[in-house]
Amino acid sequence: MIESVLRTSRIIMDKIIEENPISDSLYKSAFIRMVKDPSTMLALTVVMIYTVTAILSALGMVATDWNLEVGTSYAAPSLEHWLGTDIFGRSVLTKVIHGTQVAMSVGFFTCLIAIPIGVLLGAIAGYFGGIVDDFVVWFYNTLSSIPSIMLIISISLIMGRGLLAVYVALGATSWVNLCRLIRAEVMKHKNREYVQAAHALGAGNARRLFRHILPNIFHIVIINTSLQFQTAIKSEVILSFLGIGVQGQPSWGTMIDDAKLELARGVWWQLFAATVAMFIIVLAFNILGDALRDALDPKIKGK
Amino acid sequence: MDNLKYFLKRLLQTIPILLGVCLIIFLLFHIVSGDPTHLILGKNATKQQMAELREQLGLNRHWFIQYLDVVKSAFTFDFGSSWATKQNIANMVKEGITPSLTLTLPAFIISTIFSLMLGVLVAYYRGGKVDRYVRVICICGMSIPSLSYILFFQWSLAYKLGWFDISGYDFGFPNFIPYIILPGIIWIILSIGPDVRFFRTVILDELYQDYVRTARAKGLNEVTVLFKHVLKNTLIPIITYVVIQLPYLILGALLLESFFSIPGLGGLILSALNNNDFPVLKAMAILSSIAIIIFSLITDFLYTLADPRVKLK
Repeated sequence: MIESVLRTSRIIMDKIIEENPISDSLYKSAFIRMVKDPSTMLALTVVMIYTVTAILSALGMVATDWNLEVGTSYAAPSLEHWLGTDIFGRSVLTKVIHGTQVAMSVGFFTCLIAIPIGVLLGAIAGYFGGIVDDFVVWFYNTLSSIPSIMLIISISLIMGRGLLAVYVALGATSWVNLCRLIRAEVMKHKNREYVQAAHALGAGNARRLFRHILPNIFHIVIINTSLQFQTAIKSEVILSFLGIGVQGQPSWGTMIDDAKLELARGVWWQLFAATVAMFIIVLAFNILGDALRDALDPKIKGK
Repeated sequence: MDNLKYFLKRLLQTIPILLGVCLIIFLLFHIVSGDPTHLILGKNATKQQMAELREQLGLNRHWFIQYLDVVKSAFTFDFGSSWATKQNIANMVKEGITPSLTLTLPAFIISTIFSLMLGVLVAYYRGGKVDRYVRVICICGMSIPSLSYILFFQWSLAYKLGWFDISGYDFGFPNFIPYIILPGIIWIILSIGPDVRFFRTVILDELYQDYVRTARAKGLNEVTVLFKHVLKNTLIPIITYVVIQLPYLILGALLLESFFSIPGLGGLILSALNNNDFPVLKAMAILSSIAIIIFSLITDFLYTLADPRVKLK
């Protein structure tokens, strides 16, 4: 009697498994979805090209001679100088490439500072609650009450002008949003069954938080990174324009600053080059961010 | 009664935040920055002069007293005088508010109304051609650096075509109007992209709710559904989005003011930055934080008016 029940149930189980193969993981299905979309792949390619250019430039393999006089002052774009030259006869193309290194490094280091702070504080606050939570919430409410432009200007002024101050200022001010999201999500997850199961199996707080909960909400970090990266690039350009960003080397912001005086003389290529270089990478991050959100956020699936 | 109790409680909650703001500003300007006297006196200052100035600025006192000074200034609005111009900072701010607001407020109102209309339109035609075009234009427009917009429009419309003054400002109504039109237009162009995207998302989120299906099922046409049902229910996120931006209007448009030489608060911040004028930056940081705290209080309170279901906790 029991045996026949068991046999029947095993047959039913086999049939269920046969009809429902294991579904793809979130990341695998997101990846497949993104690969199928041409605009997303184009955006990804653009980001990769910019990254490689920035790395090569940082390693001294391209655009190291941006300070070299290669032609006459303000030579218009030609076959020899594709994007013309600036006031000192330096190639605008080389300057744009060097500017790519500056912009991408600001995006990278800002994320490197902001994301660990945001994830760690958000996770701890959401998981432990109580006084830790009160403190973290107070801290980010306080920080977000000060307009970030005032904080960034103050930090750059105090640390001395330069890229390091920009990394720190942007990193220290841009973790709040991520921290809020992570905190809310950890609060939702910490009482779910899978976390209770881990607890029952003897997992401690750290293991439950970092091994079980965080991997389940990590997509938030990925979506947020692409937004944060492009915001950092935009901020770098404005800060360099205001004179508190890079010193003594070209960036898209200082090129636009130069263009302020050049436009009246009909010299448009420096503004054009910096604008297009920035437009392409920011657009790519915008498209990538939207695609990542559509692919990874289960809430908006199917809309 | 409940509302009053909630309001008082919420008011009390802002005190630790205000103290925190003062703490961060104090840490930045008094502890991290080190000795500011050589910034004021220049490289050739003698030890004697520096010591005198330290005494004069009250930098020799206990750090806690100095922190209390910062807190006090947040309540009395007495920020002392600028290092660069020696003027009273409170007066400088008062003078700067009018030019900033004459530029930002009309531009903000027009761009918000226009974006909201466009957002509704796009949500109405969701998935169609209009929707797709507007979204592509928005995302491309958002990706062009704001500096390039300003430079291009100032160069083409003011310098080349001569339709507007290149820069400048005149006090008093209606004298200022010719000077704010071009920066205002640029402000509107800059904010339409993100605004339309936001309004579209908010309205679309609401369109998938059950009550919308019910409204359609009982035979209401799409226009009535959109305006009478959906728009009313999106009030909360829209109010938040609008009110949260208001304090930044007072802060002025940093870049626009610098390009068009408008003597507003944005320009005040920039000149303070260039002159290492700590007291002015400190004052602006404190004042703008107070504005943000007040407006977030107002947002919370408007929730209850917009949606009686929101139980104040």
